[in-house]
Amino acid sequence: MSDKTSPAANQRLRTIMSVAGMLPVLILLAIVFQMMSGRFMSVNNLSNVMQQASINIVLASGMTFVILTGGIDLSVGSILATSAMVAVIVSLIPEFGWLGVPAAMLVGLACGLANGILISALKLPPFIVTLGSLTAVRGIARLVGNDTTVFNPDLPFDVIGNGSLFGIPWLAIIALAVILLSWFILKRTVLGTWIYATGGNPEAARLTGIKVPMVLLFVYGLSGLFAGLGGAMAAARLYAANGLQLGQAYELDAIAAVILGGTSFVGGVGSIWGTLIGALIIAVLSNGLILIGVSDIWQYIVKGLVIIAAVALDRYRQKGGART
Amino acid sequence: MSQTPILEMRNISKTFGAVRALKDVSLTVYPAELHALMGENGAGKSTLMKILSGAYIADPGGTITIEGKPQAEAKGAVAVIYQELSLAPNLTVAENMFLGREIATRGVVDRATTRERAQPILDRLGVSFDARTLVGQLSLGERQMVEIARALTTDARLIVMDEPTTSLSARETDRLFEVIARLKSEGIAIIYISHRMEEVYALADRCSVLRDGVYIGTLERDELSAQRLVQMMVGRDLDSFYKKEHVASPDHSGTPLMSVRDMSDGGLVKACNFDLWKGEVLGIAGLVGSGRTELARLIYGADDRSSGTVALDGKPVDTSEPRVSLANGVAYLTEDRAKLGLFLDMSISENVNVGVIQRDAGKGGLLNFAAAAKRANEAIKALAVKAPNARMPVGGLSGGNQQKVLIARLLETKPRVVILDEPTRGVDVGAKSEIYKLIDALARQGVGVIVISSELAEIIGTCDRVLVMREGHLAGEVASRPGQPISQEAIMELSTGTVAEPAIQGA
Repeated sequence: MSDKTSPAANQRLRTIMSVAGMLPVLILLAIVFQMMSGRFMSVNNLSNVMQQASINIVLASGMTFVILTGGIDLSVGSILATSAMVAVIVSLIPEFGWLGVPAAMLVGLACGLANGILISALKLPPFIVTLGSLTAVRGIARLVGNDTTVFNPDLPFDVIGNGSLFGIPWLAIIALAVILLSWFILKRTVLGTWIYATGGNPEAARLTGIKVPMVLLFVYGLSGLFAGLGGAMAAARLYAANGLQLGQAYELDAIAAVILGGTSFVGGVGSIWGTLIGALIIAVLSNGLILIGVSDIWQYIVKGLVIIAAVALDRYRQKGGART
Repeated sequence: MSQTPILEMRNISKTFGAVRALKDVSLTVYPAELHALMGENGAGKSTLMKILSGAYIADPGGTITIEGKPQAEAKGAVAVIYQELSLAPNLTVAENMFLGREIATRGVVDRATTRERAQPILDRLGVSFDARTLVGQLSLGERQMVEIARALTTDARLIVMDEPTTSLSARETDRLFEVIARLKSEGIAIIYISHRMEEVYALADRCSVLRDGVYIGTLERDELSAQRLVQMMVGRDLDSFYKKEHVASPDHSGTPLMSVRDMSDGGLVKACNFDLWKGEVLGIAGLVGSGRTELARLIYGADDRSSGTVALDGKPVDTSEPRVSLANGVAYLTEDRAKLGLFLDMSISENVNVGVIQRDAGKGGLLNFAAAAKRANEAIKALAVKAPNARMPVGGLSGGNQQKVLIARLLETKPRVVILDEPTRGVDVGAKSEIYKLIDALARQGVGVIVISSELAEIIGTCDRVLVMREGHLAGEVASRPGQPISQEAIMELSTGTVAEPAIQGA
């Protein structure tokens, strides 16, 4: 950075840089895939990418709240599966099939609150609690459908999975709405400040009079709620749900998106915009690698390496910024 | 002194980007000398010592000569003991002493030889633990001895101690001073960084002062005086240092502002009773470990109590958890601002406002940014926080400014009782004097202030009355009378339980 800029201007520049974060990586990937495939930037394909990214964006939004408090939620994939099962089963009720969506969200919220109670009231480590519910809730997902795949070809809310508004898929609209809601809570409400404070220094937060258990209950509840919404979205897209397969390893993509977005794993630092960009990078990678004809096996390897490289680059850049 | 110096630093400068941390600093240290290095936080002491230890490289143009040799050829001759001790608690004393320089044959650590080489050094220091003890079982003072022992394993001829007594009890401090005397008698030179004047008086052969990265001067032992040192450090006089302009009424009839009764935690703190009066500054003195902080945390509800009540204006109030205590007008400043107080990644404004944002908030918990900015800017002005703007992260501020931000947060809650635990720990002289002014101003406004401090001078300088704690109970009370200040000896007697010599002689 130039010596001529004032400290305040310097600080502003750094804020912009940290907000922009991974955006250059996202743009670079898009350009590379466009050059290699020639059709990445088509309206059709971009709409595809948004659809593919949407469920992960919703899960990663909830995960952002959890990681900002210094926690982790490994159970979102399982919660998504259970919620999707419930959504499809409820959708089969004549006349009241649309209740599938709120039912899925309620189930997600209930699972999330259960995590939250164990973590905030019993003070158990989040990793252990949600590792347990990752398995237990997966069991529930299989249980509610008697371990079968449930179908509903006349899904009353299929528009959210396959319809679009002015050419924009509903899935993408929901995902952006979730991002905006998350941004609003984090940056515009008292609760948001408490979430950052709890993650930044939990003991100081308690001594300052912040209701830390309530904050934790909220973030795990919200993560569950968003996973429930993700379940409804997945069910609406597929007209079906399977308790065993649906949502497997989704929690890992959500965590990857949050970390790619620059949110600190120890809590207290991060932004929802970063998460959005992180989730888009993951979706662009999957989509672009298919477009240029990379085999499934190599897709995994390339995706993993790109995630590591991107975060390493970001850490290096931040360190450089702090030194000057 | 006509001996050859053990250390000569000449024309040392250091710039970080556009910031000049040191300008042409020179320092000469002789064998068997204790050379105190003083200066406000940010004066450049730590930077100078990091250059000496090789952690930083000085700007070209300066020279560093150690025992007549250039710095690069004198590895091991200088050992630095930092404020934050750097020991591994899960290893033994001997293993820690040779950490990074393990005695090994073909990669296998030779424990027996390690112990054999470690034990004589420990004996030399006269410590009560042996080389096989796990460091995790040692007290802070004992760990410091391990650090010193580690320095001696490399045959260091110059040891730098950075605020070594910050977390030591009076007894451990005495112990450290004995060891320092022993090291000096062996010809080892010590550079001693401290904010505590009494220690510098007691120990220093000479004292050099830095201010704003510039070398101000060196005083010989017989030239040392508080007046001159403070003047050199801050560039102004000591007279206005402690400020006690409020007049606390010695008439203790009527209802006290706060009454604490039968406060116990079922462990260390035993049945403490005391009253605090309106507009009074009440000190709580006692040795480290006597339960001062524990008592304060119990009153504030930071820890669970086994018994005890708190009343304000004679009416019992709930102070069983911090949130409720704050709502009822009792605020507590933690002794460890970085770990227990501040949100270092968050801005000054957020740190100042975090306790009151819900009061300012609109419907649905919407943040009121205008109110927050107003509070933050007023606090920055009122407490003279040195920062370009309120959006700066608190982690980038100096210790004194961080402390002011934390105090500002407490005051935003408009407390009636403020408990300040070590309010000036790790704070430079300038900020110290501003914090004393603030304590005085609070008392004048009728707030009840409790000051917990390990620095007797600070307690005596700011308080109207002093409670002394010993082993978890209130051992007694020392009050000032018109024309007669609080006696340091009386406090020491009560805190040690004997008519003892003062911990630090010559103060």
